[in-house]
Amino acid sequence: MSREQVVVEQTRRAFQTGRSRPLNFRIQQLKKLQSFLQERQKDIVDAQKKDLSKNKYVTELFEMLILEAELKLAISRLAEWAAPRPVEKNLLTLTDEVYIWPEPLGVVLIIGPWNYPWCLTLLPLVGAIAAGNAAIIKPSEISLNSSKVMEEHLPQYLDKDLYPVVAGGVPETQELLKHKFDHIFYTGSTTVGKLVMEAAARHLTPVTLELGGKSPCYIDKNCDIATACRRITWGKFLNCGQTCIAPDYILCESVIQSRVLEEIKKCIKEFYTDNPKASDDYGCIINQRHFKRIVSLMEGSTVAFGGDVDESQRYIGPTVLKGVTGESRVMEEEIFGPLLPIITVDGVEDAIQFINNREKPLVLYVFSHDTKLIKRMIAGTSSGAVLANDCISHFVDSALPFGGVGYSGMGRYRGRHSFDQLSNLRSCLIKQLNLEVVNSMRYPPHTGRRLAWAQFFLLTQINVRRVGYVLIMLAGLTAFVVQKYLR
Amino acid sequence: MARQTLERAREAFVSGRARPLEFRLQQLHALQRMLTEKETEISTALKQDLNRSQYDTPLLELIGIENEIKLAIEKLSDWAAPRPVQKNLLTISDEVYIQPEPLGVVLIIGAWNYPWALTLLPLVGAIAAGNAAVVKPSELSECSSLLLRALLPRYLDKDLYPVVTGGVPETQELLRLRFDHIFYTGSSTVGKLVMEAAARHLTPVTLELGGKSPCYIDKNCDIRIACRRITWGKFVNCGQTCIAPDYILCEPCIQGQVVECIRQTLLEFYGADPKCSADYGRIVNQRHFNRIMSLMEGYTPVVGGQSDSSQCYIAPTVLKDVPPHSRLMQEEIFGPVLPIVAVSDMDDAIQFINEREKPLALYIFCSDKKAVKRMIEETTSGGVTVNDVMMHYTLSSLPFGGVGQSGTGCYHGKHTFDQLSHHRACLVRSLNMERVNTARYPPQDRRRARRVRMALKSPLIDTSKRTLIWAIVATILGVCLFIALLVILLMAAGLNCTCWYWRGFYN
Repeated sequence: MSREQVVVEQTRRAFQTGRSRPLNFRIQQLKKLQSFLQERQKDIVDAQKKDLSKNKYVTELFEMLILEAELKLAISRLAEWAAPRPVEKNLLTLTDEVYIWPEPLGVVLIIGPWNYPWCLTLLPLVGAIAAGNAAIIKPSEISLNSSKVMEEHLPQYLDKDLYPVVAGGVPETQELLKHKFDHIFYTGSTTVGKLVMEAAARHLTPVTLELGGKSPCYIDKNCDIATACRRITWGKFLNCGQTCIAPDYILCESVIQSRVLEEIKKCIKEFYTDNPKASDDYGCIINQRHFKRIVSLMEGSTVAFGGDVDESQRYIGPTVLKGVTGESRVMEEEIFGPLLPIITVDGVEDAIQFINNREKPLVLYVFSHDTKLIKRMIAGTSSGAVLANDCISHFVDSALPFGGVGYSGMGRYRGRHSFDQLSNLRSCLIKQLNLEVVNSMRYPPHTGRRLAWAQFFLLTQINVRRVGYVLIMLAGLTAFVVQKYLR
Repeated sequence: MARQTLERAREAFVSGRARPLEFRLQQLHALQRMLTEKETEISTALKQDLNRSQYDTPLLELIGIENEIKLAIEKLSDWAAPRPVQKNLLTISDEVYIQPEPLGVVLIIGAWNYPWALTLLPLVGAIAAGNAAVVKPSELSECSSLLLRALLPRYLDKDLYPVVTGGVPETQELLRLRFDHIFYTGSSTVGKLVMEAAARHLTPVTLELGGKSPCYIDKNCDIRIACRRITWGKFVNCGQTCIAPDYILCEPCIQGQVVECIRQTLLEFYGADPKCSADYGRIVNQRHFNRIMSLMEGYTPVVGGQSDSSQCYIAPTVLKDVPPHSRLMQEEIFGPVLPIVAVSDMDDAIQFINEREKPLALYIFCSDKKAVKRMIEETTSGGVTVNDVMMHYTLSSLPFGGVGQSGTGCYHGKHTFDQLSHHRACLVRSLNMERVNTARYPPQDRRRARRVRMALKSPLIDTSKRTLIWAIVATILGVCLFIALLVILLMAAGLNCTCWYWRGFYN
């Protein structure tokens, strides 16, 4: 029996004991996860530095803070989320108890990515714990140091039978995917996403796939280009472009192309100094394979700015490409690196057509002062999310569901959406064993009259609240009349 | 052929004509007209397919579809409108909402047991959500399938909502193509194949599958009424209902009574010879007939057991003391055979249920509220109806769907609309107030990081109930203090018009 099989069986047995269900237990585990993040912060920061050259402020801002906020939200709202949710009744169920009961699914497999190994692996875990599930955490082996820290220290805080960490590479992941889970939560590439779903299909396991794609960024010629470019530059070169919601490429009219280029250059200098290689805030590419992949994407396009590389340090400088068309090499796949192509279009309609000729992206960015233009762009395209006049920040708002559509993913999470995604929302109808006479219209032998009654009861739409108001009004009127009469 | 149909549907979708609300409403009205005008033809087709009685057609299929259409028409503008989302301090001046959008082209693979309801209910949701849909009715309910192919294009847009008929080869051909969502109703075995095919294109799926829905009868409840309801649910459509109570769990001491009550109820519903009853159906085909008959091999029924292969007729049959590991208990029966399995008590029943795959529905007959609650909490299933069967299906505010092997996704009412829409998160900010963003930009240092940390962690950013209550209380206190201050100032100024009370006081 493989190691993975042992872990899966152990986790399932732990779930079946029922101890992950009580709300106090879930809150206690979430608080322990909070302690883990606070007490192990130094280890986490060091691991990130080794994996991706992230400095400690970047780690704090873009991984820890989001996790802390999510944990706080889950702890404060858990009772509300886990409570039975009453639903609207009809005439036949007027005297019954009708509600949706959120329950745990069972054992959830969480496969994390390497670009934000803490945030994107532990955010789903918060949802899994909050929903009362057990979870097997499989951090990405590519962010090796973070994976090691997780494997070594997480079991010291969380229940190690319910939330084991299984480290390893492709063979270990494939082995895990052979087994049956109650849900698989995968963050990563579209290619592997298909394999995950195929493996899940064999057991009819539902999946949440947070994938990627090329997120377009349209800049309207009449907007505040300086501010727009500042925000885009920040979003693009964060984590050296290795963010699933980084603006992948820019679409703008040719008349503003050089201005856009100037502004981006200015911002790069402001953020990362003249020598980004030496800047503490500029990261590096995760490994050689991705380094080579990104460098090869520059083929055939003109480097307008940057383009400097250093293989020994996996360094690719912030680069802007121009002379890029839809057929260029850099437009064939998600860049996931610090190359920012600028493609010229003839206006909004041309941009919409360009976007619609491609797979649905994870996020669409639009920069414009014109609300009508923004609405036109939203209505004319499809994407996981839309963010107008900024980059990345929609991820920070946990009230918004985060997820893709089409090749950019399926399912959604963050905040309450994680809880709902990793729960079984079970419909419950509690009737009584009386009023049997009402049921006679459904029993055979059928007659026209019985059917007529059935049609009446089933087709009459009753708004219970409105009936309530009418009754209250009638009661008030009656009281008034009675009181007058008594005088 | 399938590819051309899909391409036409996609072209029609891309043209944008399925999106306007008026169009969707018009199509829904047309669908409603089809069901009203062609009710007789539909009844005839069902009679040929499943020996469905003329009353069962509206009762079991048409009323349900009509309800869904009415609800969709009434609520469409609500459902399709942008849904505002709770803001926090960072997004307080922004527009934050979720916009439901069509997915594209949906493939709907219908089932044969309720060929109209289970094919058209998803279609109602698909149309309401602004999608195009390729409808593939089941070839096993052949007459209904052919009738649908003839009727639908006469009422609905034939490019947006084409009907593709055929058997396994045609379905496999469809599944090789790329859709934006696949809605499948049928068996778990085929469900796996559908999901595998969908995975190749990363197509999300809704799978309404089946399983063995257990039915627990507590010894202290009103057994006569319980058995009446169970009998109705089990033998309607000749047991060919995905949420039919598959088997009964009860204590041995009431087994005899349960059998007697079911026998009496059967007499009342279908008469002494159900074969002659207009209300009793038939098995859909020879293959399923043989399958169900073979499940009964080796058992002596206590009720029924008669069959007639030429008519695919199986009498309503009850078997008692069925062993838990018998073949009858291994697969979904989907027929008019009702096994009773003896359990020692409710805990035993809970264990029995949990040892098996998660069912589509769980039925509990018990008058003790606490016991019912415990049974619900200690088991899992797609849905639960207590003290009746199947009725959770009829309330469209409840999401209908399975879990585990019984399915994934849910539908009915607004849930269908939501299932067949993409919920696009929209955050519309403005290009000013750039100063607020400075703290997030590099070069990062301790001071900037601290500022961001403070902004993100400030309790003002927390819009939980506690903060709301705090804010309301603080506002009320503030207003009261302000009023008090005003009164004191007015009094101090000696204004005796403050209140006639004070005039009396001064005098």
